[in-house]
Amino acid sequence: MQKLTNRSISIDRSPMTFSERIYIPAILKGLSITLGHIFKKKATVSYPEEKRPFSPVFRGLQVLNRDEEGRERCTACGLCALACPAEAITMEAAERKPGEESLYREEKYAAKYEINMLRCIFCGFCEEACPKDAVYLTETIMPANYNRESFIYKKEDMLIPHPKKQEGTN
Amino acid sequence: MLLMQINTAFIIEKVILISVILMGSLGVAMYATWAERKVAAIMQDRIGPNRAGPFGLFQPLADGLKLFFKEEIIPDRSTRFLFILGPCLAMLTACMTSTVVPWGPDYVTSAGRVISLQVADINIGILFVFGVVSLGVYGIMLGGWASNNKFSLLSSIRAASQAISYELAMGISLIALLMMTGSLSLRDIVSQQHGFWDGHWFTWNVFKQPLGFIIFLICSFAELNRAPFDLPEAESELNMGYHQEYSSMKLGFYLFAEYINLFVSSAIIITLFWGGYNFPFMDKVAGGVSPLLFTIVCVLVLLTKVIMMILFFMFIRWTLPRFRYDQLMRLGWKSLIPLALVNMLITGGVILWVLK
Repeated sequence: MQKLTNRSISIDRSPMTFSERIYIPAILKGLSITLGHIFKKKATVSYPEEKRPFSPVFRGLQVLNRDEEGRERCTACGLCALACPAEAITMEAAERKPGEESLYREEKYAAKYEINMLRCIFCGFCEEACPKDAVYLTETIMPANYNRESFIYKKEDMLIPHPKKQEGTN
Repeated sequence: MLLMQINTAFIIEKVILISVILMGSLGVAMYATWAERKVAAIMQDRIGPNRAGPFGLFQPLADGLKLFFKEEIIPDRSTRFLFILGPCLAMLTACMTSTVVPWGPDYVTSAGRVISLQVADINIGILFVFGVVSLGVYGIMLGGWASNNKFSLLSSIRAASQAISYELAMGISLIALLMMTGSLSLRDIVSQQHGFWDGHWFTWNVFKQPLGFIIFLICSFAELNRAPFDLPEAESELNMGYHQEYSSMKLGFYLFAEYINLFVSSAIIITLFWGGYNFPFMDKVAGGVSPLLFTIVCVLVLLTKVIMMILFFMFIRWTLPRFRYDQLMRLGWKSLIPLALVNMLITGGVILWVLK
């Protein structure tokens, strides 16, 4: 019969020989294997202390970007919410008032921007859909939490720190 | 017949010895659980418990505390009294066997008083061990039966039949040894294995009775319900085994009794076959140091051997897969008992015609 793959192994069904029946050689063989494993490298990554490097395409927690002067880039166009297959994103738009030019880059901004992290599948479509480069997926893993409410991330949770204010404080 | 001289110093001495041995065996059993997890982890290329304290050394304390705080459930349809008696009996028999093990040589104080490091030197010591170990099956049997659960009952029946089958081979393999020693007292058996080399042959019984040792070892694996003979607790077949309905510290007692048994049976194997507290060149060491230091060295030697033995038990457990039940019975009845009988006959013949 023709073999389907070259990995197939034919099973030997001949009766056990005496040395096989007294088990001792097989036991010693097994013991030598486990003995060898004592000196092998441990497979465990002690997670909080050491972290495994991510692949370059890893998609983690979202952030909302600011421009060079620290103004929010998001204009609440809703394209990310539209692109989102899990329907995790909601937002409310608002108009920029005079005097707020240093806060928001354009005339319209997101007064409310929420991502439900329990729905989010981290596909990155919001990042692709955004015409203003406002949403980015980072390399941060979403942290665990105790209640459902805390998984709904507000705008304040996702906005990156203000570049100028940070310089000032540091 | 001379009655035992009872005086206050004697009682105090024994009470201290008993508490030290009891606490010691509990402590060793506690850390055996930790060691088991570490050994398993190391053999499977993992790290094992390392969160509670340095190297996870507080893990057994945390486990014990967890078991204490768990809700205690006694099934409605169970036989309440027997259900509680089961783990008690398991724990009791586990703690009882350590009384006849000689933990070290006699220590003679400067006042000339002889302090024995053995709780009771019974002249039928090894028979006592066998009796108590067979009683231990009752703990499992009662627990499994009183739970009113099919799986528990099945597993306790398995445990009982396994223990009975393997005790036979164990006893016969031991008869060969006892024919050589001529005594049932563990104290005599140890003192006969003094040193390591008596000019003609090794003094330790393992070199005189290698086949008997192997049979005894295999049977003690079965008696301890440890892998590869852990059929009473075969998780994949019987959910958890005879302690399935148990919770809280009653479950803890069963699990703990197993580790105490592991410690005590290692101590007995060492005493019977590996020379107990004896070690090579012990006479030279005894001449060189003070008697107190010598006693401590002997106890430490015994404990080191016991720990090596426990590690060997664990090494086997995490290497070999579980036997099937018919294989277990076939090995017991068709291989080990005839082998033990042959060993007994050969030993008898050698004693009768060769050694004279």
